[in-house]
This record gives sequence, C-alpha cells and structure tokens, in this order.
Amino acid sequence: MISNQSIETASYEIMKKAAIDIPEDYLAGIKSVASKESGELSGFVIKTMIENYEIATEDRRPMCADTGLPRYYVKVGDQAEFEGGFTGIERALRSATARATRDVPLRPNRVHPLWRTEHNNNVGINAPEIEWTFEPDTDWIDITTVHKGGLFGTDYRMLFPGDGVDGIKRFLLDTLISFGKRGLCCQPAIVGVGLGGSKDTCMQLGKQAACLRVVGDRNPDPKIAELELELITLGNNIGMGAMGFVGSSMVVDLHIEVGHTHTGGMPMSVHTFCLSSRRATARLHSDGSVGYRTDPKWFTPYHRRETVDWDELTRGETHA
Amino acid sequence: MLEEVHISLPADAEAIAALKLGSVVYLDGIVYTAREGVYQRVLNEGHSLPQGLGEISNVNFHCSPAAAVKDDGTYEIGGVTATASFRFSKYLGDWLDLSGTKIIIGKGGMPVDDYQQVLAPRGAVYLTTVGYGTGALLGRGVQGVESVHWLDELGIAQAMWVFRVKDFGPFLVDSNLQGQSLFAQQGDLVNKQIDDLYTGLKEPALHRYGETKDRTDELI
Repeated sequence: MISNQSIETASYEIMKKAAIDIPEDYLAGIKSVASKESGELSGFVIKTMIENYEIATEDRRPMCADTGLPRYYVKVGDQAEFEGGFTGIERALRSATARATRDVPLRPNRVHPLWRTEHNNNVGINAPEIEWTFEPDTDWIDITTVHKGGLFGTDYRMLFPGDGVDGIKRFLLDTLISFGKRGLCCQPAIVGVGLGGSKDTCMQLGKQAACLRVVGDRNPDPKIAELELELITLGNNIGMGAMGFVGSSMVVDLHIEVGHTHTGGMPMSVHTFCLSSRRATARLHSDGSVGYRTDPKWFTPYHRRETVDWDELTRGETHA
Repeated sequence: MLEEVHISLPADAEAIAALKLGSVVYLDGIVYTAREGVYQRVLNEGHSLPQGLGEISNVNFHCSPAAAVKDDGTYEIGGVTATASFRFSKYLGDWLDLSGTKIIIGKGGMPVDDYQQVLAPRGAVYLTTVGYGTGALLGRGVQGVESVHWLDELGIAQAMWVFRVKDFGPFLVDSNLQGQSLFAQQGDLVNKQIDDLYTGLKEPALHRYGETKDRTDELI
C-alpha cells in the first residue's frame, strides 16, 4: 500500500531535485553542443551555465531563480494500491508544492491572472497542473515534476496536409528565430514538437515531447526519428547560439510526438524547454519502496498505442 | 578571450564610461531589485523611495529572487535570476531620474532606441545576465539581504530586495554610453543569413497575420 504521506514526501523530493540538479542526459547533451560551438559569446554563455549547474548541486541551490510553473505528470499502474484515492494524490501534490516552495526555496510565481494575487506557495486555481495517464500490468505510481518557465518559446499553428515537411520546417524556423533572438527562449534547449490532435492536444503533446523525453531518445517511428534529426540540424544551422549571439547552439535535442488529427489539418506546436531543463521522477511501488531518476519514461508503448485494444503481441514491450 | 572587469558599487562615472560591449562584468557592493511592482508603486502611486537608497546603490537589478522569509524573520535567498527587461521600458526614464541609477541589470536587453534616448543621455548602461539561468552562480554572489521593502504589499517576487554582493556576476555589457547594443549588433549578423534558411521551402497554404504587417491582406 502506498501511503499518502510517502506520496507527499516523494513529490517534495522531486521538486527539490528538479530545481537543483541538472539531468545527466541534458548535461551530456549540452556539452556535446558546446564542443561544436565556435561563437565566442555563445561559447562563454554555455561555459558559464555549466559552471552554474555545478554550483547549484554543490550549494543545494536552484539552478535558476525562475523556477517556472511547477507541475506534475502522474502515471498510475493498474495494480497500484494507494490510500486516499485519486484526490488523495492531488492533495499530496499540492501540499508538496507549497512545502517545497518555502523550503528550497522556489520562486512563488503563481498569481491570479486578473487580480495578480498570490498565495506565495505556487498553489492556486488549476495550479499546479496534474496530468494523469495509466499503465497496464504494473503496481507502481510514477510522479514526474517539470519546472518550466512559460513566457517565451512556445507557439501553435494550424498547418494543412499540403504544407508537408516544408510547412513544419517553416514554422519551426519562425518560432526558433523569433524567440531565439536575445535568447528569450533560453536556448540551447530541448525542443518539443507536437503534430496532430486537436489544438489543445497538439499543445500538450509538444510540451510533453520537450519536457518528458531525454536527450538522445528517438521516436519509435523510424521516419519520425529521421525527421527529428533533420530538424535538429535545421535549428543548429540558423546561425544563432545561446542568448541569440552568433553561433550554432540552438537545439540540444528535438522530439516529435504525434496524435491522429482531423483529415483536413496538420496542427503543429513548438515548445522550447530551457538551459536548465528541470525534471525529476519518483517511482513509488506498492511495497513501499521509492526510486528516483531523471528520465520520466512517460511515452510508453501503451501510451502511444494506436489500436482499439492493447493486445498480447505488444504487451511484452510495455515496461521501461 | 572576453575582457573581464570588476566594479565597486556605487559605480562611478569613469568606470561606467569605460565599459565596452561584450565585456564580462563582476560587481561588489549593493544592488537593489525593482520591476513593475516597485515602478508602479513609486512612479504612479507616489510612494517615496526607501531612504538613503541612492547613496548606497546605483544598480537596479530586474530580478525576482527565489527567496523565503524564515520563521525567525530572516531571509533565505536561493536562486537569483533576471527577468526580461523590455517590459519595463516605459518606466525607465523617470526611474533613472528619480533614483540616480546608472546600471540596469536584466534579461535580454532593451531596444536600441531606449539606450540612445533614455539610458545613454543619463549616463547609464545595461548589463545582461548570462544564460539566463545562472541562478546558483548569482545566488552565491549575494552575501546578504540589507533590507526588503514592500514585501507585504508586493509579495516576494515584486518586492524591492536590497542585496550586499561580492564577485556578483558574470554579466555581459549590452549597452555603452554611445547607446550601442551588443544584442542589436549580434542580431544584425544573424539576420543576414535568415532569408537563405527559407530558400526552397514552399509557401504555406494559409498565411497569417504576423507574416505580413498589412492587416488588410487576405490570408489565403
């Protein structure tokens, strides 16, 4: 049985880890990007950022003071046993958010959109966001937190089937160039591209692609994987590096997620995570044990299923 | 190698005049945070500046720290990162006149027009933070909180924090007293190649406002 208390404690821990510790996949990714950077200013920026990650871990201090809009992604196994029901999990996540905001400390960014009033704890109406998915044949609950800013670097456009890959490239360039100037989207970053679905799912898929997949991960569809690599090259050939200075460090990795969409359209969203791509995951097992990691393992084969049923043939591949 | 400069605060006119675009700057002394909440309170609602602020600091940091008020009333400063400055453009002339501020630190710089018409004529320059997420590095440079103003009225993110800092940086010089901008110069270089990136990509089926400045254009 997974207790409410252990959910709260684990969620508090991942809030801390996400804010302070750079995920190893991203660190390796940014070092690789930096090794190819010839722009002096852009290179200096990345070198300074790497120093900043080290100090954050040494001092147990947030990497970036804009600790974004902390939020959660929860994946519940069919066999997971937990007390307090689903609203119990929600209560634990809200409590962990408020506690971590005070203790880490995180910046209490959350305000009412109109009255600008705040509770100084990152909790409020529809905040923190909690997204739910489920997983067959497992007894654990995965809780991932992502701390992402939200003012720049995200956009949506309705493309049409005839626009094809050219349309995708055009919109990606538009977004990276416009938000890359002066480094407003805090590049180099992991870029997420959502393709398909309806407008809201398109936004959601792109954001999850940016925040919930690690550097080096490729889409299981080989043609989409190929397109991911092509778009990375496109982004890094813009001629723009960190902070919009002349250079080549724009995209550390690029992930595409797709959803079946309206036959007449091809909606697309673009999301840039940031220079301090902040995510952490806890897995709580029904026997009470807890494990921590930085790979959210969100997009399981079950998650990306396209058939009516989830059949025996594909079942074997489900667990990461 | 980029040139490295250390400045003691309050910064004197000579040190500011000597700053070159793209130089790396570290600061020692007192800096204060102020953004729209403080500007609104002082410039539009007529509240006075904290007494003596101008004598101890002439550096305005566009920042909301990740900070907390502890049970014993002291403050814990976690990460310190700048926020985007272009949004505060309309306040800056009056603010510089009133506060005597000579250095603005923030994220992303401001339009060249602001440097030429607002900052440079008042002997002020703009330094940009690096990255922009060097929260831990800058947090380490904050030695202590001298005072906090309007915490109850404005909240942690918008309050005026007065920090004592040492080796506080790095920052990059974005504007000088000639009103030039590093971001603008770099942007011009990047812009030269942009048209080439789109060469060979077919026109989209549906255009949208933003690709054209003429709002009377049809999109299809």
